[in-house]
Amino acid sequence: MNASQSAGALHPANEALTRNERIVFNLYTISALLVFVLMMLLGLTMRMAQSNWAGVLPNVFYQIMTAHGAGMVGTIGLATSAVMWFFLRKYVKLSLSIFLANYVLFMLGAVALLAAVFIGGYAGAWTFLYPLPQHPMGLWSGNAAALFMLGYLLIGVGFLLFYLDVMRAIIRMYSNLGRALGLQWLFSGDIDKSHPKTVVASTMVAITNSIGILAGAIVLVMCLINIYFPSVALNALLVKNLTYLFGHMFINASIYMGVIAVYELLPRYSGRPYPISRPFLWSWAASLVMVLIVYPHHLMMDYVMPHWMLVMGQIISYCAGLPVFTVTVFGALANIYRSGMRWNMPSRLLVLSMFGWAAGIVPAIIDGTISVNKLMHNTQWVPGHFHFYLLLGVLPMVLALMFHVIGQNAPSRSSDKLSFPLYILGGLIFVFSFLAAGHISTPRRYAVHLPQWLLYDQFGSIGAILLIVAMLVFALHIVVGLLRSPGNGDSAHATG
Amino acid sequence: MILQNQIWLLTLTGIGLVSLVFIWIIVQAGKPADSAQVQKTAHTIRRWWFLALVLLGVGVAYATLKPFPIADQNASSPAGQIVDVVGRQWSWTLSQNQIKAGVPVQFNVTSLDVNHGFAIYGPNDLIVTQTQAMPGFTNRLHYTFTQPGKYRVMCLEYCGVAHHGMVTEFEVVGGQP
Repeated sequence: MNASQSAGALHPANEALTRNERIVFNLYTISALLVFVLMMLLGLTMRMAQSNWAGVLPNVFYQIMTAHGAGMVGTIGLATSAVMWFFLRKYVKLSLSIFLANYVLFMLGAVALLAAVFIGGYAGAWTFLYPLPQHPMGLWSGNAAALFMLGYLLIGVGFLLFYLDVMRAIIRMYSNLGRALGLQWLFSGDIDKSHPKTVVASTMVAITNSIGILAGAIVLVMCLINIYFPSVALNALLVKNLTYLFGHMFINASIYMGVIAVYELLPRYSGRPYPISRPFLWSWAASLVMVLIVYPHHLMMDYVMPHWMLVMGQIISYCAGLPVFTVTVFGALANIYRSGMRWNMPSRLLVLSMFGWAAGIVPAIIDGTISVNKLMHNTQWVPGHFHFYLLLGVLPMVLALMFHVIGQNAPSRSSDKLSFPLYILGGLIFVFSFLAAGHISTPRRYAVHLPQWLLYDQFGSIGAILLIVAMLVFALHIVVGLLRSPGNGDSAHATG
Repeated sequence: MILQNQIWLLTLTGIGLVSLVFIWIIVQAGKPADSAQVQKTAHTIRRWWFLALVLLGVGVAYATLKPFPIADQNASSPAGQIVDVVGRQWSWTLSQNQIKAGVPVQFNVTSLDVNHGFAIYGPNDLIVTQTQAMPGFTNRLHYTFTQPGKYRVMCLEYCGVAHHGMVTEFEVVGGQP
């Protein structure tokens, strides 16, 4: 290990958790891990049902699908917000109470969602696309749909509180959000190389996801009114626009919060500086705008949409790939190339995360082409690409931080030597079985599959099993590590 | 080559190239070199890489958007056949079940209740085209069938407990078998 990779550099003193911070951080991470495993098991159940390897009634299948979607999207948001909080608190003074309030509201919301689905029978998918929740055909009540929406509102309020606190703290430190984004250096001037990438990314996420969550809240309130006062009819196209603006924004914010782990940790493991640059600032400023206006690529099959919006959806989908490929992934690869990188769980997971993001974006961008979308929209191509960059991209970012925090800096243990490749192998089998099935037009969200689709489902199930075994090993390892006495770099703050 | 296969090949090539770059970088990562020199070279490569991606994006966008792949929703129809399609939980109603090959057809697609996806599967069980069926709106889908045979309509927008069973068929007649 060279000097820059010493324990002090890996775990700087200003990153140590106080006792209270550690409690809240552990609540986030352990809850997220447990829910991830549970939601993966629900996902496996669906793939097994589609494979004809498990008997699941269609109404139960669609309940599971609803819980899996809402659970995974929410939990990846929860876990990546913990990543952002962990690093951002070094640069600005965040409120621990508000971070805890976000967790409490999330849990209350999660209970409401689970009750709506598994007690109330709600199965309107995580997207709650109007007017499906109001048209259950006798399978769930208006109250169950309302409870589901109330759960979302609770979770949204928690995130919004957190983002407001983030923006408050950033403004207090940097005067305004524009300076935190580094807009003053976009065209000229000497960039302050010590300006944290974490602050730039966090500012972008706080702005954009607050807007996304507000769009979601508007839809939810409109739908709640419609449930109890059906005469207050809604415009299905307007609601669809707002719903996808919210959904797209929320999941993208998760990626942008997660990638902070790469910016912060990768240079510590490579031992090479990873400074801020003008292209970096440009990429985040451009992403701030693009992430808000790219959502029409979800509506390409709604031909009544203004066609300029669909053109915008395609072109911005292409443009959104530029910052990923030319700045973040390229920068990460340049950072580790001939760096003398020391391989262990955090560094391996960080590199995997960059691969998953970059490779997963390929089928996503291709599907962002209108003429391709005509053939691939709502086939299994879609879960193929989003599982690619979530499962092999974003989740490894989160896991990298968790392994880093528990002090997994030594060369891999024997269990890691097995679980890490197993995770990649299972993940690749799982996502490629979706993509291959999408290639032969297998629809997504079908409880019952035709015989010609079963082979892909069975491969998908096998991949999911391998992946879940690896995830269980990871989760066990991390939970034990977190519950042990505080690790590296914590001694000064252990009693907080 | 059918479009699905082209998309598949393009995707595998793209993912394959990304994988090769990562494997090469990972293999090289353990051999330390001067950081300043690496960064300088990387910045030069990045400039060209950025330019290549922009040119690729502009070229592909132009090629795939001209002519625009979606029919003008307001212009009067040039189609020789018009089929009205209504989706509801969980069935399709088509105004006719026989369509002539080689003659442009316009599907006027709407829904009576929730969102549905109107996807047409060809005799080879692959999607040939699709649009959404949305309450309160009518999407006009233009297509010219070239191959006769049985075509299947499946719902591609989740619409409730019998979503997977929302299937109907129509026949394309004439043209080259």
